[in-house]
Amino acid sequence: MTIGRQTTTGPIGPLLPPDPIRAYRLRWKRRRLLARAVRKRRQLTPVVDRTDRIEPGAILLFLCCRNEARRLPSFLNHHEALGVDHIIAVDNGSTDDTVAHLTDRPNVSVWRTDHSYRLSRFGLDWITWLMIRFGHGHWCLTLDADELLIYPHWQDRPLPALTERLVREGRASMGALMLDLYPEGRLADTANDPDPLRTLTHFDAGNYTIRRQAPMGNLWIQGGPRARNFFAEDPRRAPTLQKVPLIRWDRRYVYVNSTHAALPRRLNGIYDEGEMLGGVLLHTKFMDTIVEKSSEELLRREHFANATLYDDYYTALIDNPALSCAFSTRYRGWRHLEAKGLMSRGDWV
Amino acid sequence: MTVGFIMMCHEALDRASQVARYWSDRGCPIVVHVDARVARRDYDALRSTLESRANIVFSDRFKCEWGRWSLVQATQAAAGLMLDRFPKVNHVFLASGSCLPLRPVEDLIGYLDARPATDFIESATTEDVPWTKGGLDHERFTLRFPFSWKRQRYLFDGYVRLQRRVGYRRRIPSGIVPHMGSQWWCLTRDTLSQILSHPRRAQFDRYFKRVWIPDESYFQSLVRLVSENVESRSLTLSKFDFQGKPHVFYDDHLQLLRRSDCFVARKIWPRAERLYTAFLSPNAQQGNRAEPNPGKIDRIFAKAVERRRYGRPGLYMTSRFPRKNHENGLTCARYTVFEGFGDLFEDFPDWLKRTTGLRAHGHLFAPERVGFADGLTVFAGALSDSPKLRDYNPEMFLTNLIWNTRGERQAFLYGPRDTVRIGSFFPRDPNADILVISGAWAVPLFKSQRPFNEIRKEAARLQKIENAHLAYLRNSWTKARVQVWTMADFVESPVEPLQSIIEDVAVTRTNQVNEAPRMVDLTGFGQFLQSLRNEGMHPYLMGDFPADPRPESEAPRPRKPYVAR
Repeated sequence: MTIGRQTTTGPIGPLLPPDPIRAYRLRWKRRRLLARAVRKRRQLTPVVDRTDRIEPGAILLFLCCRNEARRLPSFLNHHEALGVDHIIAVDNGSTDDTVAHLTDRPNVSVWRTDHSYRLSRFGLDWITWLMIRFGHGHWCLTLDADELLIYPHWQDRPLPALTERLVREGRASMGALMLDLYPEGRLADTANDPDPLRTLTHFDAGNYTIRRQAPMGNLWIQGGPRARNFFAEDPRRAPTLQKVPLIRWDRRYVYVNSTHAALPRRLNGIYDEGEMLGGVLLHTKFMDTIVEKSSEELLRREHFANATLYDDYYTALIDNPALSCAFSTRYRGWRHLEAKGLMSRGDWV
Repeated sequence: MTVGFIMMCHEALDRASQVARYWSDRGCPIVVHVDARVARRDYDALRSTLESRANIVFSDRFKCEWGRWSLVQATQAAAGLMLDRFPKVNHVFLASGSCLPLRPVEDLIGYLDARPATDFIESATTEDVPWTKGGLDHERFTLRFPFSWKRQRYLFDGYVRLQRRVGYRRRIPSGIVPHMGSQWWCLTRDTLSQILSHPRRAQFDRYFKRVWIPDESYFQSLVRLVSENVESRSLTLSKFDFQGKPHVFYDDHLQLLRRSDCFVARKIWPRAERLYTAFLSPNAQQGNRAEPNPGKIDRIFAKAVERRRYGRPGLYMTSRFPRKNHENGLTCARYTVFEGFGDLFEDFPDWLKRTTGLRAHGHLFAPERVGFADGLTVFAGALSDSPKLRDYNPEMFLTNLIWNTRGERQAFLYGPRDTVRIGSFFPRDPNADILVISGAWAVPLFKSQRPFNEIRKEAARLQKIENAHLAYLRNSWTKARVQVWTMADFVESPVEPLQSIIEDVAVTRTNQVNEAPRMVDLTGFGQFLQSLRNEGMHPYLMGDFPADPRPESEAPRPRKPYVAR
């Protein structure tokens, strides 16, 4: 969740192709990130490698997680039901049952590392290496354990239907808004429920700001409950909310910061003058455990490049705040999100 | 009398075979064409499951490519075989391997028996159709297209450009009027055999070989030569998306397809298990005499294509972020901006709410905090009242506010003290009504107790800002409806403009101003302006205010009474 530097002035600037020098620089940036990932491969040790079961055309899910035993069952169930064929996970020094939850499933391969999450570009170096090895030519979902992907018609049309549709549209990527879900009252006072969607019931429907970022042409979306509650004094620091989680991967592609933007640049073309098909990542970060996790994060300093700037954010979370307000909206499924203008089916009816 | 099906297959052969068996079980002859690019093994598997049936034959295989002559060749061969081998067939129905019958075959046979001489084929002249993609409408008949659009795009485009430049035009064979339409048709035996055995067929074939996408024009044009009874519509339900590619139907379309009363639909997603089970089950309802009625589906898909192309006006989101001036509506609904009214009248938003029923906010863009109606600290869509969050992107704050309150008309106060940047946004918006009393910002200064040199400085600053803003409002690219009064004019007769404003913006039916808003006491305002002038600051936006309109008090006023008070 790093902050981009260059933005166009005003909300809506002209969409221009980058000049040759910038394009050349981006190319080298991409190569640098690839080289970095190749170097970091030694930090990974396989726990269970079942990648020989990956068939051509399989849809893969890449995941980097730490101490997510609580969320993993619902996360894995959700995405397996969507039609993910194989899950490739990196466990970053978990001390709970995370690894067991992963290895119990027949279609999961797990690598382990105890190296720094921050120094590996928040896990991206590891993931990039595994994507170079296994993702080439596959549709790949790259998610965190607290993100649940939904898209138009997801209950009726599994992921292969979606990816076939994207291929027919000539697209290699699909974008999604990360939608922070939160409980009705104070964060830690909610029931301990294995299904996060039963306690995290509300979201902010209409306080997002968008701008286009040069030179990669990606959108930069901010807002939501975190901007409203923790970053009102310095909105620039508010977390980035757009992601490009689904890409038909090529071993020469890279994600640049988290999955907010990717290179080459055309992968960021998730928007248009009309509405393109896109999804939403239901962000289940604000379960009751967030309060104690924040105290840990305050000490670990592994989640932001400039961690000291986010001390206030963690301190505020430790105070067990309530994120809901009188104008919070209850989550009622994808059609409701589409009506609210948070996702769109484009012309995929 | 019966109907025979030609099935053009190139993928998901198991589904094609399922549909073929369904038709074959119900006594309809079938000619199957399998694309020559399909692997031998898959072809053999299909053949072995279907070959034992007497009413299924396989035609010669051609290598079919989208938009090319080979598709027509394959169709000709299959159609010839159909006419030869199945003399009882009166109508020939061209279908694909991804088609699915939506109604029992008996319905279709009954329908065709009632119209034994009618050819169902969509066929329109190029001038009259909007669906051509890529700008090649009539030119697809007058240029030559030897290169593949899919594989040799560069040569394809280059050759088109070259022919245009040298002014090359092909001669269309005499008697042929180019027609186009869906390639899925249902023709009578008579028409089809006349087309296939036409004395000039060799000439026609030579011509259409180099036409672009001949499968959408060969039969469509020739049918006009030989048939008297063309019903220009397809019996196959087939929709096209934004890019001109066929829409795919999934399980969740079941009800929609059922209610369409169409005979056959394409394309069906091969893994749409529910659709195949529902429509191919032996006990699907029968005896339905209804006409095909794709109207509802047509509307839904037309709306979707429009949403894909233009988006919902006033919505900015992850998958829609238009360039400046290509927004298709800056905001999604009408709203009203009152400038100066809040300064001149006490409790103006309350009054406005009472008389017009608008959602009347205070100064939404005030520097201290966002002045939501009723003093709310958050508003619709969880918009925060933090001025920093708002000023981080004021344009999106406003577009979000209007989007979040769809269905409830918004109004807010604005003035030169507020965020300046938004003042160059809403004038560009056709949804905005902007009503301005220029110079009214001086009233709060006049009422304030601040030291006069501060007031003078502030007045100069505000006047400069408002003047620039007014210039913006008078720009030729301003799209909002703007009305400007000088303060002097407005104070002179406030009721008349207020009345017209209310008639204009009211959502509730009170067309009479029963109660005027309470104006701030302006005694001494003229003198205040004069003092500003005396200090060398020239206030001009409020119009000509007499230096002292009401000289009732005879006693000489002390200098600068507003400071002394």
